[in-house]
Amino acid sequence: MLRNFRRLAKTFRAINERYRTPRIGMSGTVRTSLMLLRVYLLLLVGLMLYKFVTLLG
Amino acid sequence: MNIFAKLYYRLAKAAKAIQLYLVIAGPGIVVMVADNDAGGITTYAATGAKYGYNLIWFLLLLIPVAYYVQEMTVRLGVITKRGHAEAIFSGFGAFWGWFSLVDLMIVDWLTLVTEFVGMTSALEIFGIPGWLTTVAVVLLLGMIVLNGRYWTWEKIALLFCALNLVYIPGAFMVHPSVHDIIHEGFIPNFPGGFDGQLFFFLMANIGTTIAPWMLFFQQSAVVDKGLLEKDIPWGKFDTWLGSVLTIVVAVFIVVVTGTVLKGVDIESAAQASAQLQESHKWVGTFMAIGLFDAGLLGAICISLASSWAFGEIFGWAHSLNTNIKEAPWFYASYFLTLITAGGVVLIPGAPLVLITLFVQVVAVTLLPAALVFLILLLNDREHMGEYANTRLQNVIGGTIVMVIIVLSTLYGISVLFPSLFG
Repeated sequence: MLRNFRRLAKTFRAINERYRTPRIGMSGTVRTSLMLLRVYLLLLVGLMLYKFVTLLG
Repeated sequence: MNIFAKLYYRLAKAAKAIQLYLVIAGPGIVVMVADNDAGGITTYAATGAKYGYNLIWFLLLLIPVAYYVQEMTVRLGVITKRGHAEAIFSGFGAFWGWFSLVDLMIVDWLTLVTEFVGMTSALEIFGIPGWLTTVAVVLLLGMIVLNGRYWTWEKIALLFCALNLVYIPGAFMVHPSVHDIIHEGFIPNFPGGFDGQLFFFLMANIGTTIAPWMLFFQQSAVVDKGLLEKDIPWGKFDTWLGSVLTIVVAVFIVVVTGTVLKGVDIESAAQASAQLQESHKWVGTFMAIGLFDAGLLGAICISLASSWAFGEIFGWAHSLNTNIKEAPWFYASYFLTLITAGGVVLIPGAPLVLITLFVQVVAVTLLPAALVFLILLLNDREHMGEYANTRLQNVIGGTIVMVIIVLSTLYGISVLFPSLFG
C-alpha cells in the first residue's frame, strides 16, 4: 500500500518536473490573461464556498 | 460531347471529395451531436415549452459560436499532435495543467451521472428498470470501446448520431404552423421582456451548446484519428456540419414542445416524453428514444474525454487503436468513470438535483479557463506556424470568449444565488 503511494507520488513529481517550464512565451498578454483568470477563479470559488457555508448555516 | 465530359469530370471530382470526407468525417459531427446530451435535450424541451418558438433565432446564432470554438481544437490537435489536457500542461505548466485536469475529471463525472439519469428515466417510460438500463449501457459501451479500433468506435458513434435525428419526424408529426415558426422564431425577440428567467434559459442553451469536455474530446479524437495538416479543411467542414446538425436537432425539439406543451413547466425531457405520449403517442416515444440515445452518445464521448486526458498526462497508452492489454490504465479509468457514475443513479435517494446544480457551476468554472487557454495556444506562432489564429479569427474567437465569460459568470452566480436575478 505504502509502496503504491510512493510510486504515485513519484509519478506526480515526474509530471510536475516534465511540465515545469511553460512552453508558451510569457508575453504581457499571456501574463495578464492568466492573472485575470486567477482572479476570476478565486471570485467564483469564493462565491461557491460562501454559498455552501450559507447552506450549512 | 465536351459538356458531357465536363459533367463527368465534375461528378467524379465531387464523388471523390465525398469519399475523402467520409474517411475524415467523425470527430466534429460526433462531438457536436453528442453535445445534444440528456441535459441538452431537457434544456431544449423546457425552452420550447416555456417560450414556444420565440427563441429559435437565438439557437441559430449558436451555430457559428459552436463552430468557431470547436474548429480551433482541430487545428491545435493536428499541428501539435497533443490532446487538449497535454497542450495545457505543456503550454502553461503543471499548475494550470492540474487545475484543468482535476476540473475536467469532476465535471465529466458529474455530467456522466446526468447522462445515466436521462437514459434510465427515458427507458423507465417503456417499463425498463433503471438497474437493467445501467448494466446494459455499461456493457454496450464496454463492447464499443474494446473492439480495439478507433475507426469502428467512430462509425458506431456516428450511427447513434444518426438516431439523434429522430426528433425531426417527431416535429412534422405534431403539425406545427410554419407561418408561426417563421414569424415568432426567426425574428429576434425576448418573449415577455428580458428577465432573470429568460436569462437563465439563454445561458442554459449556451451551456449545452459549448461545454468544456467538448474541447478536450475533439482535440484528443483528432489526434487519435491521426488527422494530418492536409485534412484540416475537411476537419473544419466536419465541425461546421456538426454545428449545423446539433442546432437543427435542437430547433426541432423546440418545435415539438413549443407546439404541444407550450405553457407547461418541464423539469426533465423524460417528463416531456411522458406528457407528449398522452396526446401524440409516437412523438412521445420518439422523444424518449431520442433522450436515451442522447444520454448514450454523451456517455460515450464524456467518459472517453477523461480517459484520453489522463492517458496523455500520466503517459499511459491512450488510443482506441490499442487493446486492453496494451492500454490497461486507459480502459481501467474509462470503466471506473462509467461504473461509478452509473452506480450513483442506482443509489436510492441520491442527490441527483444537487449533482445537476454542481455540473452547471463546475462547468462554468472550467469553460472560461479552457477557452482562454485555447485562444492563447492558438496564438503560439512558434509552434502553430501558419495555422495560428489570424487577426480576424482572434477578433471572432476573442469576442465569443469574452461574451461567454461574462454570461457564464452571471449564470454561475444566478445558479448559486437565484434570488439576485428576480
